[in-house]
Formats: sequence, structure tokens, C-alpha cells
Amino acid sequence: MPSRAGVRLTGWGQTDPAVAELLEPRDASELTDAIALARSRTARGAIPRGMGRSYGDAAQRMAGVVLSGRGLSRFALDAERGLLRAEGGATLGEILAGVTAEGWMLPVVPGTQHVTVGGAIASDIHGKNHGTEGTFTRHVRWLTLAGSTGEVQKLEPGDELFWATAGGMGLTGLIAEAELQLRPLPGPLMSVDVDRVADLDEAFAALQAPGGAYRVAWLDLIASPHGRGVVTRAHHLPGGWSRLKAAPPAVPARAEVPLGAPGGLLRPLTLRAFNALRFRAAPRRARGLVEPLGHHLFPLDGLESWPRLYGSRGFLQYQFVVPFGREEAVRGVIELLHSEHLPPFLVVLKDFALPGTGGLSFPVPGWTLALDLARGLPGLDAALDRCDELVAEAGGRVYLTKDSRMRPEMLPAMYPELGRWREARAAADQAKLWRSDLSERTGLVAR
Amino acid sequence: MSATRVLLLGGTSEIGLAIVRRLAEDGPVRAVLAGRDEAKLEAALGEARIDGELVVIDADDLDSHPAALDAAFARLGGMDTVVLAVGSLGGQAGLDAPRDESLGVMRLNFLGSGSLMLAALERLRAQRSGALVVLSSAAVERPRASNAVYGAAKRGLDDLAQGLADSLAGTGVRVLVVRPGFVYTRMTAGLDPAPMATTPDAVAEAVAAGLAGGAHTIWVPGRLHWVFTVLRHLPRSLYRRLPM
Repeated sequence: MPSRAGVRLTGWGQTDPAVAELLEPRDASELTDAIALARSRTARGAIPRGMGRSYGDAAQRMAGVVLSGRGLSRFALDAERGLLRAEGGATLGEILAGVTAEGWMLPVVPGTQHVTVGGAIASDIHGKNHGTEGTFTRHVRWLTLAGSTGEVQKLEPGDELFWATAGGMGLTGLIAEAELQLRPLPGPLMSVDVDRVADLDEAFAALQAPGGAYRVAWLDLIASPHGRGVVTRAHHLPGGWSRLKAAPPAVPARAEVPLGAPGGLLRPLTLRAFNALRFRAAPRRARGLVEPLGHHLFPLDGLESWPRLYGSRGFLQYQFVVPFGREEAVRGVIELLHSEHLPPFLVVLKDFALPGTGGLSFPVPGWTLALDLARGLPGLDAALDRCDELVAEAGGRVYLTKDSRMRPEMLPAMYPELGRWREARAAADQAKLWRSDLSERTGLVAR
Repeated sequence: MSATRVLLLGGTSEIGLAIVRRLAEDGPVRAVLAGRDEAKLEAALGEARIDGELVVIDADDLDSHPAALDAAFARLGGMDTVVLAVGSLGGQAGLDAPRDESLGVMRLNFLGSGSLMLAALERLRAQRSGALVVLSSAAVERPRASNAVYGAAKRGLDDLAQGLADSLAGTGVRVLVVRPGFVYTRMTAGLDPAPMATTPDAVAEAVAAGLAGGAHTIWVPGRLHWVFTVLRHLPRSLYRRLPM
């Protein structure tokens, strides 16, 4: 089994590196061995890792063991019924490349195709079509979980451990395999409606206007704290299959940011120019534009390694959700960052209609805002702590998959099911193996 | 504001339904969907989330049209906009297509649609107001081997609409002829899309803009107009060889 000691790992934000032993089992027996090895190696614990797309420290363990799921990445489609059996390390991009040509679509995809099935379940991810499809685990019929003693359990929705595993940040074990119900895909193209919006209220309204189920707002908060932006609503188009070859769903990287890119290309002035350009590049109003689904759903995947644009200090993404009716908290966070001179580069607003399926699932019905911020800006940590309070006060929460800085005392306020989740998790983790830098930093796993 | 009354002839047409939905974005709309299959009309009404009702009309049964249109107009006490979206694809293989299929396309796309157009315009003229939107096709711009049958039938319909529109000048009734290129719909799902293919929502947006302005003929996408202006003047020997 491939194994390497002293590997430096970070999340997608390139911050807070951990040095760990990385094991990559390639089949069921190697997986059992890997877990036994992890138990014997260190008392510091182990955590599964997929593509490392969590922004913070969720998939790393300093001086511990990291179990890569990427050695287990096979999948098979029942093309009659649209049932997909996938190993936890298969990426959504690999799966899409296989299933779309057969006329099937993953019901939920995030903004990148470079996440694994295991990661998608452990973060209970959401997509642009959250209003109709909910989170990823809603479509999981069963999964198998390799626990800390090496045993593999089959779990179904309704099982307490399934509930703790969905959105459970990998802290219940390694997701070895899962079966997903796919959706019929009418064609590889999408029909996209575009509206420029002048402020946050217009963005809220445009996200709830009739139209396609895939909807999201991109906001420019640099030119104006009121949040001008661009809202898109999209749906699948029937036919156009002959275009599948020219525009495959898996977006190949079109460009790579060089390693030595001048430290922090994304400075305030460039940020302002980037955002203004992006705003003006969008039509004021357009209906039914034709776009290949990969280009529409994975806009950032075309630029491999874009976090390097933030320079050596990396970046963080602050994503939170507040219930409908608490829009003032969204405004409050934006105003606070503005008054502290903390310019967010990429800002995405979206509506959630359904709760997630797991105990620590992020989505609740309401508004979610995600802001990319360069790490190391003066006053950032203190400002985000105040944002946390605004969010918790409004009955909202921050997304653990994106987190790299939250204070432990916020956790119970934001995740009311934490107590029950800890019990379910502790009962399953008999060898007390599963821990990540995230769980240690936030106190997610009670010590 | 009183609701805009819209009659959709071809009530399960994806483009027609997109137009009705689009009109409903600008203000309240009450719609009558007319078509052959009541169950499909019912489903279309639900899917489009339109405030509306149904009238069963068989486009191929020409003699039934006047009475059926009377019934449809009576439902809402007149109509503000009638959308003629009746039509079928077929006969692409020309002489090699089954004769029945080609005749069916000619009958429905010209005779059936033309008869509905006459009946609708008579009633709009009688009420001295209203607009008729006719879904023609970019195929009418110049005949091609690949759509001789469909293009000829649509061209007949397009000519009829243009001529009648002129006869209605000054009556308060207007006609908007829409010439889309290839549109991604369930009807075209099995075909290879032509360049500059478009969507029902894009056609609907162009129709709304055309109705708001004073247009009589629109192309979707708009640049198709200029493309065909060039294509129309290509020597025939060259045009014939174009891969379309």
C-alpha cells in the first residue's frame, strides 16, 4: 500500500499546513490494514481525506495519520435505473465523465467537480439546485463505513450512524462505498438566464424569481457595500447530444497559475478591477443562453490552482447561512467587513430551501453567503469573530468545510444537534481513532 | 391592472409555453391553452405554473376551427395576444421520407396552422384589438434540401401571416412573425443542432421585446437575420453545398 511519512498537507485555502503520514489503501484488505496501522502508529488520531477541497483543516491531522480515499475510486452505473455504486474516492468529475454520456446526472454537484463521493457525503454538500434537490446525502441509498476497529458497516438513511456520517466531517470513519440515485439528464447543455442586480434586495428577489432550478448570485462587494452583482438561473436543455464531445461535463483546466505568481496578485486594486470586469462582462439581462453544463456548473475549475493568486499567505472562505427573515444578518456581515476594510474577492449568495440530512449538515432553509478573503489582513480574525456572533444570533451557522478560524464556543450555538451527534460519533469510534485538526481546534470531538 | 388574456394555439408547445410564462413576468396573465390532447394540456398547465384553462382543438380538423376559436375567445371575453405555435417536424429526408409523414407536415404546418390563423385574425379584427404571434422558422429564408417539406409549409404560413398583417394595417390588430433558428426542445432532442442554436426562453424573450416594440418580423437569435441576408444571395451552386 502506498504510504508516505512527513507529508505536508493543507486545505484548499493553502493555510495552516499539517505534516502527517499519508496512507492510500487500494482495496478492502489494504483499508483494514491501513486503519490498523493508523491505530498503532500514533495516539494523535487519523482522518480520511479526498481531494483536499475543504478550505480549512478538516482533512488533515498534524503529526497524525491521513487516510487518502483516492486509492478506492472505482464506480459502476446501472444505466437502466440510474443507480450508481461508487467507491468513496471517486471524484464527481470522474463520475460525470462516465454517466452523462449514458443520459444520467448527479443530482447534486458543488462548484467544483474535484471532490470525492466520500467528501461530498462527509460535508453533505449542496449545489446550485438546492431548492429542488437538497443536499448530496438525500440521494444516497446506502453507504459502507470503515470504522476505527477496521470493521465495515452498511448504513442506510434512518440509521443513527448514517445521520452522524452525513456532514460528519469524516469523524465517524472512512466512507468506502455508496449507492446514489442519479437523475435522468435531458442533454449536456443548459439554458441560462442572467440578470444584473443593483443591490442585495434585487439579488434576493432574483434568486426567488421563477425559472431554472440551478440558481446563484455572484456579488461585487468591492465597488459597493450594497452588493451589485449578477444572478443566474439555469436548467438542463433537451437534446444537443452531438455537442457532448465538444463540451464534456468534466472541464479541463484551461490555464494554470504559475507557482511563482507575484505574492498576492489579488490586492485591493486588482480585486476592484477583476470584479468590475466580471460585472460588466455579464449581460444586463439575458434569457435562455446556451452553455455546456460543465462550464456553467464548474466555473472555477477551468483555472487550476487558482488559490495561488492569493499569494503565499493563502485565503479563507467565510460561508454562513441564516434563516429566511433574518436578512439583516447578511447585511450586517457585509457592512462589518466593509467598515473594517476587509475586501472579499469572490462573493456568492444563494438560497437554501431544505435542511441537510445529517446532524452536522450545514444547510437550513435560508440565505447562504460565501466570501473569499485573503488571509493575513489586519483585523480579519477579530472581524470574523464578530460576524460569527451576528450569524449565531440570527439562528444561523458557519460551514465547517470552509472553516479555518472559528472559536470553539460558537459550535454548540450554531449546531444544536451537536450533543446527539457527539454521542453517536463516540459510540461508533470505539478505538478513539478519528480526529482532525478541525475537530481538535473547534472541540468538535469532545475530549 | 387587469390580466393580459393569452390564447396559446399548440398548447403543449415548449416555445409557446415559454412565451406565455415570459408574458406573465411583466404582469398578470390569464391563459387558454388549446390543443388536441387534454391530458397533455393539463400537464403543461401544471408544469408552467400558469393561471389558465384548456380548450380542445384538433388543428387537422379545419371545419372545427371557427367554433373552437369562438369557444376559446368566449372563455376570457376576448383575447389580447394569440400565440400560434402549432407545428410538427418531419419530412427531413425529402423524397425518401414516408409520403404520409411529408403530407402530414404540409397539412399541419400550412393548412391546419393557416386555418387557425384565419380564424384567430377574424376574431381579433372583430374586437379591433390584439396581437397574433406566429411561430415561423428561419427555414423560410431560403429552401434547403434538408428541410424542403418543412420549410415550404412554414414559408406558406409565413407569407400568409405577412400578407394578412398588411391587410390589417390600421385596424388595431398586429401580427408578429417569429423566425427562430434551431431551438433545443423535446421535439428536436434527437436532431443534430444547427449553428447558432437557441432556446425556448430566448425565443420568448425576443417575442416579449418584439411585442413591446413595433416589430413585425423577428429572428432568434437576431444575428440570424444578417446570416440569411448573406446566404440568400449566395449562388445556388454554392448554397447547395453548404453543410446545413
